[in-house]
Amino acid sequence: MSKKSKKKFKRIDGRAADELRPLKIETGVVPNAAGSAYIEMGRNKIIVGVYGPREMHPKRLSMPNKGVLRARYHMSPFSVDPRRSPAPSRRDQEISMVLGYALEPALFLERYPRSVIDVYVEIIQADGGTRCASVNAASVALADAGIPLKDMVSSCAAGKIDGHLILDLGDYEDKKGEADVPVAYMPNLDQITLLQMDGILTPEETEEAILMALEGCKKIYQVQKEVLSKKYARPPELESTEEKTEEEGE
Amino acid sequence: MSSGIVSRLKRKKVLELLEAGTRMDGRGLLEYREMTIRSSFLEKAEGSAEVRLGKTHVIVGLKAGVGTPFEDTPDEGVLMVNAEFTPMANPTWEPGPPSEAAIELARVVDRGLRSAEILNMESLGLVSGEKAYILFIDLYILNYDGNLIDACGAGAIAALKGARIPSYKISEDNEVSKTGKTKKLKLRRHPIPVTITKIGDYLILDATAEEEEVADGRFTVTFDEKGNVTTLQKSGAVGFTLDEIKKCINIASEKAAEIRKIALGK
Repeated sequence: MSKKSKKKFKRIDGRAADELRPLKIETGVVPNAAGSAYIEMGRNKIIVGVYGPREMHPKRLSMPNKGVLRARYHMSPFSVDPRRSPAPSRRDQEISMVLGYALEPALFLERYPRSVIDVYVEIIQADGGTRCASVNAASVALADAGIPLKDMVSSCAAGKIDGHLILDLGDYEDKKGEADVPVAYMPNLDQITLLQMDGILTPEETEEAILMALEGCKKIYQVQKEVLSKKYARPPELESTEEKTEEEGE
Repeated sequence: MSSGIVSRLKRKKVLELLEAGTRMDGRGLLEYREMTIRSSFLEKAEGSAEVRLGKTHVIVGLKAGVGTPFEDTPDEGVLMVNAEFTPMANPTWEPGPPSEAAIELARVVDRGLRSAEILNMESLGLVSGEKAYILFIDLYILNYDGNLIDACGAGAIAALKGARIPSYKISEDNEVSKTGKTKKLKLRRHPIPVTITKIGDYLILDATAEEEEVADGRFTVTFDEKGNVTTLQKSGAVGFTLDEIKKCINIASEKAAEIRKIALGK
C-alpha cells in the first residue's frame, strides 16, 4: 500500500477523496402523494413518495399507542445491469428495514396511534450508495408531506479503495473497494441512525471513515435545508397580506 | 424492539435494574451467558454446529452440492446463508415465509462471512459458467432467547471449520463426478459478530429475548482475528452517538476473541 499511496491518488471520476458527487434534490414530484422527493446523487436517480399519517391496512399491523413507519425500498428492473427481477430481494427487504430505522428516530410517531406513515422508495437508476440517497430523499419527502420532524436525516457513505479512505462511493468504488460504510445522521441531535459496514478496516480506519461520512452528511444537510426553505419560503408579495389572512383564518 | 403496553412495564423494570448495574437474570451489563458449541455432529450435512447460548439454541447446517454459478461470477462457487425461525422456537412465531428479522439475521451473518472473504470462491468453481460448488448454510433456530446474530455467527464459523465437502473430478467433456473423497474448506479468516444492545442509555452484551423486546436498538460489530472490523450493522429505530459507537467497537473487539476460541474449539 505504501508504494501506491506515494503516487498521487486519483479517483475514477476525478473527485477529491472527501468530495461528494453532484447532488440534486427536488420536492413535490409525485402529485398524488402527501409529500415526495426526487434525488440525483451522482448517477443515482431515486423517487420517494410519502403517504400518511393514514389508517393502517392491514389493521393488525397497527399499534394502539403509536404510529408505524413503513418504508419500502424497491429497485426497478432496469435500474441495474443486467435486468433484475421486480420481486423484492432479501437485500431490498433488509434495506427497507434499515431505512425505516434510519428515519424513525426523527419522527414523533407517538402522535399517530393506529396510523401508518408509508415511505415508498423507487430506485430508477442505481449507482452505488442507493440506501444513503434514499434516506436523503425520504427525509425531504417527509418534510414535504408536512410531517413534523425532530431533525433532518442526512446520509452518505465513506469507504476505502486502494488503501485510501474516500467519501460517497460510486458504483465502481463500491464494488472494487475494500470497504463501504453507509452512515445516516441527524445533524442537530448529533445521533447516528444508520450505520453499516462491509469490508475490512482496522478499528481506527472504521472511526475515521465514520467521521468522514459525518462531514459528508453535514454538507448534504445544507442542500436538503436549502431545497425545503426555497420551496416553503414565503413569496415576497404575500408578506403584506400576512396579517389579513391570519385574521380571516380565525 | 416491540412497543406493546406490557413490554413498557417490563422496560421500566429492566431499566431500574440496569441503573443498579444488574439485569433480570443477575448478570452484569457486559457479562455474556455461557456459550457452548458442538460441531460436526450431523452425518448427512457436510458441516454442522449446535450452539447453545443460555436458552438460545441454534443448529447450523452446511450442505455442499454442485450447481450453476452466477452469471457475473462464472468461475466462482456460491455461498448462501438462510435463516429459519422454526415455529416451535418462540410462542409468537408462526410458520410462513421468513420474517424481516430472519432475513436480517441471514444477511448479517452472510455479510460477515462474505466481506471477510472467508473462502476463496474461485477455488470452489468447477467448470466455468456451468458448474461450481454451492454451499448452503442454514441457520435453524430451535429455541429463541435473544442474541441470535452472535450465536449464529459463531455457529457458522464452527460449521465451516469442521466441514468436509465431497471432492469432484471433471471429465474431458466437463462432466463432474464424486471421487468418493472429501476435503476441508480453507478458511482465510474467522470473523465473529458481537452484538451490543441499547436500552435507554445503557449498552449491554448478549441480550435475552426479554431484553430485546424492550430494547431501543442494537449494534453488531464483526471482527476477524487480525483485529479488523469486517461488518457493522446498526438496527432498531434509535440513534447512537459517535462515543457509543466507539464504545461498542471496543467491547466487541475483546469479546470476539473469546467467542472465536469457543467456535474453533480451542
